[in-house]
Amino acid sequence: MRWFYLVIILLLPGLAAAAYEAIPLAENPQVEARLKALAVELRCLVCQNQTLADSNAPLAEDLRREVREMIVKDMSDKEIIDFLVTRYGDFVLYRPPLKTSTTLLWVGPFLLLIGGSTALVFALRRRQKKLIEVSLSEAEHNRVAQMLSEGANRP
Amino acid sequence: MIPEIGHFALILALCVAVVQGSLPIYGAAVGNSALMSVAKPAARGQFLLVLLAFCCLGYAFAAKDFSVLYVAATSNSQLPLHYRLAAIWGAHEGSLLLWVFILTIWMVAVSFLSAHLPEAMRARILGVMGLVSMGFLLFMLTVSNPFERLIPAAFDGRDLNPLLQDPGMVIHPPMLYMGYVGFSVAFAFAIAALFGGTLDAAWARWSRPWTTVAWCFLTIGVAMGSGWAYYELGWGGWWFWDPVENASFMPWLAGTALIHSLAVTDKRGSFKAWSVLLAILAFSLSLLGTFLVRSGVLTSVHAFATDPKRGLFILVFLAVVTGGSLMLYAWRAPRVGLGGGFSIISREGMLLANNVLLVAALGSVLLGTLYPLFLDALDLGKISVGPPYFDTVFVPLMTPAIFLMGIGPLAQWKKASLPELAMRLRWAFGVSVTTALVLPIVLGHWSPLVSLGLLLAIWIATTIATDLRERLAHTDGNSLFGRLASMPRSYWGMVVAHFGLALFITGVTMVKGFEVEQDVRMNVGQTATLGGYTFRFDGTQQYKGPNYIAARGTIHVSQDGHDVTVMYPEKRRYTVQNQTMTEAAISPGLLRDLYVSLGEPLDDGAWSVRLYHKPFIDWIWGGCLVMAMGGVLAISDRRYRLAWRRKDVEVPATTQMARQTVS
Amino acid sequence: MNRFLIPLGIFVVVVVFLGIGLTLNPRELPSPLVGKPAPEFSLPQLHDQQKVLSTNDLKGQVWLLNFWASWCGGCKTEHPVLIQLAQSGVVPIYGMDYKDRREEALAWLKEWGNPYPIVAVDESGRAGINYGVYGVPETYVIDKAGVIRYKQIGPLREDILQTKILPLIRELQNQ
Repeated sequence: MRWFYLVIILLLPGLAAAAYEAIPLAENPQVEARLKALAVELRCLVCQNQTLADSNAPLAEDLRREVREMIVKDMSDKEIIDFLVTRYGDFVLYRPPLKTSTTLLWVGPFLLLIGGSTALVFALRRRQKKLIEVSLSEAEHNRVAQMLSEGANRP
Repeated sequence: MIPEIGHFALILALCVAVVQGSLPIYGAAVGNSALMSVAKPAARGQFLLVLLAFCCLGYAFAAKDFSVLYVAATSNSQLPLHYRLAAIWGAHEGSLLLWVFILTIWMVAVSFLSAHLPEAMRARILGVMGLVSMGFLLFMLTVSNPFERLIPAAFDGRDLNPLLQDPGMVIHPPMLYMGYVGFSVAFAFAIAALFGGTLDAAWARWSRPWTTVAWCFLTIGVAMGSGWAYYELGWGGWWFWDPVENASFMPWLAGTALIHSLAVTDKRGSFKAWSVLLAILAFSLSLLGTFLVRSGVLTSVHAFATDPKRGLFILVFLAVVTGGSLMLYAWRAPRVGLGGGFSIISREGMLLANNVLLVAALGSVLLGTLYPLFLDALDLGKISVGPPYFDTVFVPLMTPAIFLMGIGPLAQWKKASLPELAMRLRWAFGVSVTTALVLPIVLGHWSPLVSLGLLLAIWIATTIATDLRERLAHTDGNSLFGRLASMPRSYWGMVVAHFGLALFITGVTMVKGFEVEQDVRMNVGQTATLGGYTFRFDGTQQYKGPNYIAARGTIHVSQDGHDVTVMYPEKRRYTVQNQTMTEAAISPGLLRDLYVSLGEPLDDGAWSVRLYHKPFIDWIWGGCLVMAMGGVLAISDRRYRLAWRRKDVEVPATTQMARQTVS
Repeated sequence: MNRFLIPLGIFVVVVVFLGIGLTLNPRELPSPLVGKPAPEFSLPQLHDQQKVLSTNDLKGQVWLLNFWASWCGGCKTEHPVLIQLAQSGVVPIYGMDYKDRREEALAWLKEWGNPYPIVAVDESGRAGINYGVYGVPETYVIDKAGVIRYKQIGPLREDILQTKILPLIRELQNQ
């Protein structure tokens, strides 16, 4: 196969001239990496439920361009996010900011975990206590039954 | 005429469902055997009627009958036959028909495989399923009739959404619904037991295989949905924490918890009330998912066309079914007995702790999914809850669960000793920690999450190895194979399923940690190198598909000068809906996927192309498949085979005992 | 209390919220800009590219800013409402031609009528981003002090105009 390509390259100088490295679309890979990191946490506003990174909607492209320019201007992540939030509201953030209204959202899972574990430990303890009581009363019950039957057997 | 037959069959099916949902339950309550015996034929009759309706709709699609509104809305004369048939469940009405059809399949299965159940129990189970099916048939016949006529008939159909024109569409929804609806069996068992007051260990033993089968289907269904999103959406993601995905993931979590709590109930007769609650929960979450997807209350990638009337109907249905069951639960559950005792540190204790973690994870997914709705309803603003949130809360919840998963199978039933467990597991722990720390460095990129992921995966694998080694040491037999084969299938089921999870975690960790991608502008003959592979773009060609036109790119991939593969990513335009679709080309492999998608055409024949190198990504779905295989192994255990056969051949007690000693 | 009632209690709460959810539209986003000063712009005019339209020129009056484009379907739907409002002379409607081609925009206005005294051109979509536009048409009510008072997402309808926007405009004009 390699021979075949070699022949083609030798025979067709035009093609050989075209065989060079493709150019990355991004002019500056570092900027693009930061853009990507930001864009996966941002919501495309016109889409059903897609991140800014995934969407090809025109508005998403505009916003990516806008964010890219802000990155080039060396604005911090917080400044960029603030820029978007003042215009589109918290809706644009896939990671909801911690506020009074979102406290339950962020604390809830861990409350569930702690509450659940505590409930489990209590349930298991109470269960064990009850089991001991039950078995005791069962033993007593048996003794009563035995005594009664012995009594009944007595003339 | 055919669509009217289908419509009529659905009406008859509704009548049968009413009978099935009332007489047997009443018969069981008053002890009337004649009424109870209605259940079986009713279930089978209903199945045949819904099957007939299903075939009628299929015929309408096959025959391109565009005088049926639903057919005209979701297919087109140019659409290939297999997609026209898959279009049966391509939108709301038809997918509901699929839902009911699968429900009747499960009913028939119960009617055939319930010979060992007491008659009253069977009557109640089928009765409850009849009530569920009644609700859905009523739903279809009132506000979502798939057989509604379009007069005058459309000249041609509006075509199936191009996203759905994919082999995944043919099998993913049936699998997923088999799972969702399958939980209705466990649900019906639970309600029947609450009705009858026969909530005992036998109930758990009967429910277990049904739950496991449904869980297997759901596992495969969810995994297929994820795989489908991966190759069809064209940007390489495989899980988006979208409401629709969460709607399928929540019943899965509940089902997983149920499988484990049923194990405790079966073994110890304890935590019956909890298992019943989980059974109700699993099915209720399936219903909730149906509501979320079809009511339009949440914005999602793949929501059905929505209609508030439908939303209201499902919500009322959900309120009746789940609210009613939970009321019954609150009334009956306090009287459930305690069952056998066990200490907090024991296999039972660990299974239940895992249950708590799974339910906490489930609660978090529910909270995150519904939170935007809560805030909106309270007029506190609109927010989005997306992948960053779920990733943040899910990992800390699942980490202890997976840690426990390694220990649990080695702990003794009833009472275990922590120091002893620590001794037995010290090797597994040492190996996992060392490997997890060193391996990422060897692979060239260390990050805490990569290490954590690998730690969990290797922990599962090493604890399984420890367990197997110990068990082999305690098993008599000549050959290694003989000793391995003598272990019960249910044990193997657990091992395989847990191992599947280890594979899954490996896949997720490797993809998240080591995936590389590049956006390049490629002219004909140009190359780009990524992950050690060289991609050469050989231009695009136009071609015409059955109902689309496409630009198909050719990309030669080589590694170290050797040809690896040729990939053909496409950009399609579906002519009827004038929708553009990116068909990514994927070269799958055990250790990596190469993923190429075409972006936009640029000047002079160049295209923007996105290249990905995704290590171990197929392990994600492979892991799920292995998990499901574990489930299949578990239900092939001899005790279920015996149980299902018991009615036909009464096994003499002595032989039965002899068999048990053999195992 | 009966702890077996807890699941039922949680479920009832969820169902109530889901019920409320049915009456809401998740696609309707309130703008955080309502109550805030309208973002400034200074953009070339559609009909005379040499001139600019600037927010500074519009201070001291109540005005509407309508984002539209010739390629937008919803804009045609709301167009008669805009024309009628313009003819009534209650309030000036300034147009913002959003990401459009000049000739097509001009042709569109010629064909369907021009309700705008001046149309500014937002070719790059940047003014749109500053106003938090996510889909045309969108219409803003801006008061004498240059503060956004209301945002209409999607086509302007006669009923919304009568019940919400016109009363608001009268109130703002009387301030």
